[in-house]
Formats: sequence, C-alpha cells, structure tokens
Amino acid sequence: MAELEPIIGRYVRLDLAGRTHRVYFEEAGQGIPLVCLHTAGADGRQWRHLLNDAEITRHYRVLAFDMPWHGKSLPPAGFENEEYRLTTQGYVDLVLTFIRTLGLERPVVMGCSIGGKIVLELARLHAPVFRALVGLESADYQAPWYDDTGWLHRNDVHGGEVAGAMMSGLIAPQSPSETRWDTLWMYMMSGPGVFKGDLFFYRADGDFRDRVSQIDTTRCPLYLLTGEYDFSCTPEDTERTAAKIKGARVTVMREIGHFPMSENPAQFRRYILPVLEEIRTKD
Amino acid sequence: MMARVLEHLPEWVNGDAALVRRGRYLSATFLVEVGATAWLVTVHEGRVTRVERGPFLMRDWAFAVRASAEAWRRYWEPMPAPGFHDLLAMTKFGHARIDGDLRPFMAHLRYVKDLLTLPRGRA
Repeated sequence: MAELEPIIGRYVRLDLAGRTHRVYFEEAGQGIPLVCLHTAGADGRQWRHLLNDAEITRHYRVLAFDMPWHGKSLPPAGFENEEYRLTTQGYVDLVLTFIRTLGLERPVVMGCSIGGKIVLELARLHAPVFRALVGLESADYQAPWYDDTGWLHRNDVHGGEVAGAMMSGLIAPQSPSETRWDTLWMYMMSGPGVFKGDLFFYRADGDFRDRVSQIDTTRCPLYLLTGEYDFSCTPEDTERTAAKIKGARVTVMREIGHFPMSENPAQFRRYILPVLEEIRTKD
Repeated sequence: MMARVLEHLPEWVNGDAALVRRGRYLSATFLVEVGATAWLVTVHEGRVTRVERGPFLMRDWAFAVRASAEAWRRYWEPMPAPGFHDLLAMTKFGHARIDGDLRPFMAHLRYVKDLLTLPRGRA
C-alpha cells in the first residue's frame, strides 16, 4: 500500500490589490479552521508536521498557503519588471482575502516570524474575525542583526546559499539534523529577492512599537511563543511586546530557535498542543 | 591554551570531505582573533593549507573574525547557550566582530561558520 499523507494540496485564485494571484495551499483535518503563516523567504511546507498531526487535525482544519512569490504560488503576471516588497497592508489583505475566499468562519491564525508579526496587526485591526491568534517568534520590533539585506540579492553572492547559511544560526543546536536541513532547504530554494522583499516588512514597515498597546485581547485571545535560541526575534523582544498588551500570553520555548514548527516539531508540539486545546475548549 | 585548537584546523577540515566540497570555491586568508592572540588561516579550494600564529607585521587578509577568549570558549562548548551558539548571534550581542572584505565571507558563510565551529566539543 502506498504511504499517503492526509495532506491535500489545492490552488485558489486570489484577487490582491486588483491583480489575480494563483495561490497554492495545503490542508488537512476537520473542525476549527487554523490558518498557518510561514516565515520570510520560505513556504507552507514548514507546517507539514502540524498538518500530519492527527492529535491536531482531529479538532482543527489546518490550512497553510504559500504566499505569492513563495513555494508553489507564482508571482503575479508582470513580476519580471518589479521588485518584490511585502508591506503591512498587503500582508493583512492577503490573509483576510484567503480567509474570505475560502469562506473560513472565525479561524485561528498562527504565524511565525513575519507571520507572527502580522498576527499583531490582525489582532489590532480585525479581532472579531478570529477565534484566537497565535504569534510565534513575534514582536512589535526586533533590532537587526545585519545592516544590509542587500547580501540576500546580488549577482556575485548566491542568494540561496547565503540565506541558508544565515538561517542556520537561528536554529537551536538541539534541533535534529533532518528537520534542521529541511528548514534550510526552503531558504536555499527561495526565488531571487523574495526573502529580501519579505524582510522589508519584518525590519522596516512592520515596526509596530507605536500601536500594539491598542490590541484588546478581550475581543480575541493572543498567544505569543518564542524560542530561547532565536536571536532575530529574542524572547526579550516578545516579552517587551507582550508587556504592552494586556492579557497577552507569553511562553518561552526551550531548545527551540526561530522555526519551531519546522526545526523541531516534537519539541514544538509540547508547547502548542496545550495552546490549541485551550483555544478549542474555551470558546 | 585554548586558542591552540585552531592549529588542528588542517586536520579537521581536510579530513571532512563534505566541508572541503562546500568550500571548494574559496581560496583566501582570513584572520581569527582569540583575545589577544591572532591567527591567520589560509584556505585553498576548501582545504586549509596553513594556520599561523601571530603577532603579524603588515600581513594581508580578506576578512577578520574577532572575539574574546571567553566568548570563543562559550561558543565552543558542546551545547552552547543561546547567543553563543552562532557566529552571527555573537556579533549581534557584541561578543564577536567581523570586518574586512565581507564578500568572500558572505559568499562562503556556511563554510566559514562550519570551519570555526569545528573546535566545538573538542576545545
């Protein structure tokens, strides 16, 4: 018998900023919609362990899309003459359009890194849409660890090699070799300039220090979980952010870096199962 | 002395076929400072051909990686603490400095990081 995973992949047309985008997503399970947002310069494969986790898909319909320009989602027609740049507004619109187009009712949204950051803006502006929001490696701001993102997109340095090499440091030393290299592989195969374009949002446009205090967690619960080995978005960055948001719940995850669901799924599971259980039973 | 572990680099690097392959397009000399002690590491097509101990007078190098002996000691622990587990984590938190011609450093980042991590658990 073929060893088939329960994950189903589909394509959907999304209208974003007046242009049609062909977006790929995967899903598994039934129940409360749980939309998962991948990190910068990567794709939805980061969530495959969650999508394959029967303990989760028993109660949740888990969905993970590849952002336009990422993974199996194509850039829009005419991309060849554009510089890709993710903005706060564009990212909010993408998440809301995906939810609306698929008709998802009060989903939980869980995002990591740029996905964890946009969760803060979703909480601030669109709380009633969501049952709960979960930000992994999420902060209103994080100090850069290199000045020039130009290293990620220039013709004399291989973008995939340098992105993989840089991201390798954001993985905890305890993470298993197989999932560590899976995680890096996605960075190694990202399209030219896409990671850099995502970082425009992560590092510049997504500075939310002046607004996260407006988040009202009585309208939508907010959980923030950060790995102790993440030096891009540090536990201190997350704790400082949460201190401005009344009711935000913070967990520092041991032996985890910047890619919890992807670098060490078994360790992440210990932290995320209780959160998903609480979200499911509390509402 | 801990810094002397760098003298093992030729043996460790050249005995690691996957690492030599990863660095096969790198030929350069770079400076490693362990506290007050300077080392010049020369790489030819991924193989370490020479490791020299300073002090040096008017010697050329492409890029430099500098940290205190204590920072390297923590970096080379078998299971390093957060902030000491990666070279660029060390630079972010001020434990290490990298300067010089960063193009070969960035183009061969994984190789250089792996090379400087070889003493981990052996130092």
